[in-house]
Amino acid sequence: MEIKDVENLAELAKIELLPEEKQALLKDFEGILQYIKHIEAAEVGSEKEEFTLKNVWREDKVEAREFSHELIVKQFPGSQDGYLKVKKIL
Amino acid sequence: MSIDLKNLTIEKAHESLKQGEYTCEELLEAYLNVVKERNTELHAYLEVFADAIEQAREADKKFKNGTAQMMTGIPLGIKDNILFGGHIASAASKILENHTASYDSFVIKELKSAGAVIIGRTNMDEFAMGSSTQTSAYGVSRNPHDTSRVPGGSSGGSAIAVAADMALVALGTETCGSVRQPSSFCGLVGLKPTYGALSRNGIIAMGNSLDQVAPFGKTVKDVEIVFNLLSKHDPEDSTSVPENLRSGLKPKAQGLKPRTIGVPWHLFDKGVDPVVMENFKNSMEKFKNAGYEIIDIELPFSKYSLEAYYIIMPAEVSTNLARFDGIRYGYSKDGENLKEVYMKSRGEGFGKEARRRILLGTYVLSHGYYDAYYNKAVKVRERIKEEILKVFEKVDLIATPTTPTPAFKIGEKLDDPVAMYLCDIFSAPANLAGVPSIALPSGKTDEGLPLSIQFMAPHFGEAKLFEAGKDFEKMNQIKN
Repeated sequence: MEIKDVENLAELAKIELLPEEKQALLKDFEGILQYIKHIEAAEVGSEKEEFTLKNVWREDKVEAREFSHELIVKQFPGSQDGYLKVKKIL
Repeated sequence: MSIDLKNLTIEKAHESLKQGEYTCEELLEAYLNVVKERNTELHAYLEVFADAIEQAREADKKFKNGTAQMMTGIPLGIKDNILFGGHIASAASKILENHTASYDSFVIKELKSAGAVIIGRTNMDEFAMGSSTQTSAYGVSRNPHDTSRVPGGSSGGSAIAVAADMALVALGTETCGSVRQPSSFCGLVGLKPTYGALSRNGIIAMGNSLDQVAPFGKTVKDVEIVFNLLSKHDPEDSTSVPENLRSGLKPKAQGLKPRTIGVPWHLFDKGVDPVVMENFKNSMEKFKNAGYEIIDIELPFSKYSLEAYYIIMPAEVSTNLARFDGIRYGYSKDGENLKEVYMKSRGEGFGKEARRRILLGTYVLSHGYYDAYYNKAVKVRERIKEEILKVFEKVDLIATPTTPTPAFKIGEKLDDPVAMYLCDIFSAPANLAGVPSIALPSGKTDEGLPLSIQFMAPHFGEAKLFEAGKDFEKMNQIKN
C-alpha cells in the first residue's frame, strides 16, 4: 500500500485527512494487513458458499409511530419551512 | 438510610422494595451519591439523566399499586449507543455530540414497561470500536480496581458503573468481546447473548451481523434476570429470531445440567499471560472436582477468528457509518459544495479509530481485494461456525480464558492497533458463530486485578451458561 492508496480510500469514504494522518494511517494499515493476511493460510476451498440465511420481509403497512416530527427537524443542520436543506447538487 | 450496594442483587433489592425497607427513589439516590463521589475520577457516565428521579417515583407508584415486577425500580446504566427517546445518544463520537434519540430502542421499551430506572448513558470507545474505552471523544475511563488501568472496552463505562456501585446492572453491546472483555477487567459477569436473541432495533450499529445488546452484573442471576426480560422476538428487527424458531434452536438437553466442557488448548498455548493461564487451569480443575468432565477439543478454523473478524467488521463499519454525513443530524461542517460538507463533517467528526476502520473496510471491499479478503473471511466464518456446532454435539460448553491478560495501563496499546485488537482474540469465535458466551470472575492477581474465564454454549443455550456460572460461583464461595 502507498500514500496514494490511502488518499483514494479517503476519497471513496468521503473523509478529509491531514497529510500527517495519511502517513500514520499508512503505517497502521501495513501492520493490520500483515496481520489479517494470515487468513490466506486457511484452506476453505474455492467453491461458492451456500448460505442457509434468507431475507426476512414484512408488509409495508402504514402504522402509527411515536417519532416526533419536531425533534427530527430540530436536528437538521440546515432546515427551511420544516424541510431538510441541502446544497445544490446539479 | 444506608443500603449495602456492594452486596446488592436484583432479587435482594426487589425484596427490600417490596417490604418497604426503602423506596425506589432512595435506592436511586444511594447510587447517585456514589456517582457524585466517583464519576469525575472514573468517568463511567457521560450523562446522568435529569429524569432518573422521575422514573424512580413512577416505579414507587408501581410498588404501591401492586404492579411492580422484578426489574421495577432497579437502577441501571446504558451504553451511549442505545437509543432512549428524547435523550442524547452520541456513541461517544463527536459526529453525534448533539444527536437526540427520536425514539426508544426495543430494549429501552422493555425496560421502561418493566419500570426499571435508567440512570444515564455510559462512556464507551467511539462507535464501540476499541477494547479499552480510550477512543471516546469525551475522554478515557478508569478501572475501579486500579485507576491507572483501563476498564476494558468498548462498553467500559457500563462495566465501571456496575463494578463501582454506580448502577446495580448495566447494558453494553458486543460486536467482539465488548462486554465480556470489560467484565473480565472489572471483575463482573457479562453475557453475550445468541445473535438474534435481543433486538438490535434502536442500537447504533457497528457490525450488523455481529452486534448484540449484552448485560453486565455482579452475579450470574442478575445477568440472567436482565437477559430473560429482554430476550424476545421483535418484528422490527429482521435478524431477531421468532419465538417458534427459538425453541427449535435450543439445545436438546436444555434444562439438564451441563456436564461436559470442551477446552481448545491449542488456541491459547501461546500469547497468554502465565497468571491468566494458571488461573484458567485452576478453574477447570474446580469444575472437574465438581463432577464436570473436561475434554480436549480441536477448533482448527477458529485460530483465524480474529483475522476474519478484522475483515468482516470493518467492511460492515464502512457501510454502516456512511450514514453520518453532516446532512440530516449530528456534527456538520459547512463547505463550498455538498462533497466538501461530507468530507469535512466526516473528517472532523470521526475519531482516529473510526476513520481507520472505515478506510480498512473500504479497502477490503474494493474491487481487486474483495475475493482475497472479504469473501475469504466470510467462508472462514462459515467453517468456524460449523466446527463449533460440531463440537457441541460432543460437549455442553466450550471454555477459554476471557482475555489473554488482566487490565493493562492507560495509554498502552493506543498506538499499536494490532496489539489492541489482540485483546479480543478469545471473544471472536462466539460473535462470528452467533453463539452465546458468558464471562465469569475467576479470582484476582496478586496485585488485585480481576481474572476471568468464559464459556460458549450452542445457540439459545444461555440457560446452560447460567447453570455453569452459578455452579462456579458456589465453587468459589466454598473456597473463600
